[in-house]
Amino acid sequence: MQITYRLYVLIFVSIFGIFLSIPSLFSLNWGAKINLGLDLQGGLHMLLGVQTQEALKSKVKSIASSFNYSFDKEKIVINNFKSDDESISFEVLDENDYAKVKEIINEIKDLQIEQNSSFFKITLSEKLKNETSKFAIEQAVETIRNRLDLFGLSEPTVAKQGEDNILVEIPGVKSAEDEQRAKDLIAKAAHLQLMEVDKNKADQANTLTNAQAAKFGDIILPDVKDSNIKYVLKDIPVLDGSMLVDAKVGFSQQNNQPVINFTLNAQGAKIFADFTAKKIGYQLAIVLDGKVYSAPRINERIGGGSGQISGNFTVEEAHDLAIALRSGALLAPVKVLEKRSVGPSLGADSIKQSLSALIGVFVMIVLFMGFYYGISGIFANIALISNVFLLISIMALFGATLTLPGMAGIVLTVGMAVDANVIINERIREMIRDGHSLKDAINDGYKNAMSAILDSNLTTLITSAALYAYGTGAIKGFAVTMSIGIVASMITAIIGTHALFDLFLGKIQSSNNTKLWFGYRRN
Amino acid sequence: MQVFDKKIVYNFMKLRFASIGLSFILVLGSIVLLLTKGLNYGIDFSGGTLAQVKYNNNAPIEEIRNALDVNELFKGASVTEFGDKTEVVIRFAAISDTLSNDIADVLKQTLSKTGEFEIRRVDIVGPKVGGELRQKGLMAVLVSFALILLYIAIRFEWRFAMAAIISEIHDIVIVMGAISLFSIDVNLDTLAAVLTVLGYSLNDTIIIFDRIRENIKSSKSIKMHDIINESVSSTLSRTTLTSGTTLFTVLILYYFGGEIIHGFSLALIVGVIAGTLSSIFVASPLLMWFNFSVENYRNKELSKQKAREEKEKMRLLYEKGQV
Repeated sequence: MQITYRLYVLIFVSIFGIFLSIPSLFSLNWGAKINLGLDLQGGLHMLLGVQTQEALKSKVKSIASSFNYSFDKEKIVINNFKSDDESISFEVLDENDYAKVKEIINEIKDLQIEQNSSFFKITLSEKLKNETSKFAIEQAVETIRNRLDLFGLSEPTVAKQGEDNILVEIPGVKSAEDEQRAKDLIAKAAHLQLMEVDKNKADQANTLTNAQAAKFGDIILPDVKDSNIKYVLKDIPVLDGSMLVDAKVGFSQQNNQPVINFTLNAQGAKIFADFTAKKIGYQLAIVLDGKVYSAPRINERIGGGSGQISGNFTVEEAHDLAIALRSGALLAPVKVLEKRSVGPSLGADSIKQSLSALIGVFVMIVLFMGFYYGISGIFANIALISNVFLLISIMALFGATLTLPGMAGIVLTVGMAVDANVIINERIREMIRDGHSLKDAINDGYKNAMSAILDSNLTTLITSAALYAYGTGAIKGFAVTMSIGIVASMITAIIGTHALFDLFLGKIQSSNNTKLWFGYRRN
Repeated sequence: MQVFDKKIVYNFMKLRFASIGLSFILVLGSIVLLLTKGLNYGIDFSGGTLAQVKYNNNAPIEEIRNALDVNELFKGASVTEFGDKTEVVIRFAAISDTLSNDIADVLKQTLSKTGEFEIRRVDIVGPKVGGELRQKGLMAVLVSFALILLYIAIRFEWRFAMAAIISEIHDIVIVMGAISLFSIDVNLDTLAAVLTVLGYSLNDTIIIFDRIRENIKSSKSIKMHDIINESVSSTLSRTTLTSGTTLFTVLILYYFGGEIIHGFSLALIVGVIAGTLSSIFVASPLLMWFNFSVENYRNKELSKQKAREEKEKMRLLYEKGQV
């Protein structure tokens, strides 16, 4: 009976492993659990590409809006005020206003100004472009996450990946309808704009081309319900959704249809009030993602910064739209680079099949080890079982995701754990064969086996590190599982079994039955 | 129970010309296969759309093909049975990259006349993503090669590293050949299988090399030929056992692991067999041909050991307070 530090290690890892793998094994609600990969539990996996180019365009637009407001406020007379995708240009009629104009422009940092006598042209600097793109991606991640959270889906993951991609994973999206709804919610730009209807051109809405309208600084947009109805609007919006603080579903008092009530922030409220005071009798169009929802006439100054969007919504549509508005607009539209949807039935099949295969293999190996190596085989099995628990518990602690290839990784590490014990046991047998005492055979057996086990495990670790560094999704999962498995098997297969030999050393020496203990008959 | 019990040294190296010759033929065959038949890139690497459709009855593959051919989007779609007779996998190059209009709906419409079915899975991979994956996969293999070479060169000797890497490449080429031969889709998990083979076969090689290193120091003979035979023979029981259990495991996975990991496990089966044999019949003979000098290595190792012992002696003396 020799109790060594090894025994404490074995006992500790066994208790640790068993206790911490309980939540994963019985899917309880406490403690860290292994997440099942989407390939195992079903769900939606998408890689989205953010089109930052669009974010730059809308940045230019919103800068133009704020200039428009400031010039108005300062009573600066402007002619030919235009903005295209990259620049804003206008003519300042009174040269005494030049200094003031520059002051207004310089309130926004990192703009490039070209002045040619009375003509001004403003573009974004490289620095501002980069910042805008970066912000667009971060904002997209944030926005999509908020929308999915509000939508009430189970634990979606939304993460930036690479330069300008976003990885979205939604487990448990079960039906095609759910998937479509989630996709619609992500896709909605929810870009709200309030735009003035150009009073002078209203009658030419169906005859003007877009190019002609652009010359007057106008834009032609269709009605949401009937795309044949067109509106001629001032291209530069009065204000946009970035000034929105809240959006809720309500019901209109006239016809009890669902509507969306929105509230603007202080700055937005002020602009809105000033504009409506000045433009009584004009129409103000409420534009969402490039479609006109309504164009009510302004009858009085609207203070308090709240408005209403009506349209023929169903309650569900209104609800999703309100979520999208509330979570903010997507500064840049997203494109699907990769989409994988796995039906949960498929996941259940795969789990069952692979699991039963694995358990079958495990049982066979355990039986074989006992048969071939006698009691030392049973020692190896104890180590093997605690190895599996340890692997599950460490994966749970890391919050690792178990994927199908990951399962294969488990099989392999179990194989390697067995290998370590095979090497050790073979070495012990060799020592016995060469006539050493049993005590020496055990200790030297371990010593001799060590370098081979260490080298082979380390090279496998190197392989999985390379896999982890260059892999994506499933491959990363595989690499993680393999690395954890190797570390766990080194602890259990080497230290754990040795502890058991220490414990029974006295018994082994007194019985001297190598057949029973090592499955090996001494000649 | 014992299998290889008696202290017999088998003359493996006698077979070295035949075994290397056979390996050469296999590698050549694999290369020819890869060049002619090529690899069947799945959508992970090539981009495109994959839909898995389950019919209530047997899937009418001919009708499905005919229905798909009518639509411009699905021209050249491949339709293959998946697992059992009721399920098919349809692959085509077209993708829908917007979130709103879905290619699955179009597919549903197109197939509506072919029977009662459920679309169980639709995967879309854009061309950009596929290209990145290809690059990364190759990088993963190359980087792990470089690191392993370095590791073995440090732990053993550069000739060992060379022999190990050549036998690695041999295994990978043969596995790729098998992937081509059995028309296994090359997807991310296939790549994982290839890398696993790399790890496994290396593991095997290292166990034998470790024995060779040990025997160089202690063997009566100074001929590499004898030392290798001794080493392979004394590790033979371990090699048989481990390869046996691993092979058994991947066979079980192949037969019971379901359709999804079929390709994965098939590649592993070939890899385990190739990896085991190559560590005995490729890596070891290469070591002989690299002109490895047993004497030099032994002297180097022994002098290292002496230095260690000296140090130890000094330490003991120091502890006793005699220095």
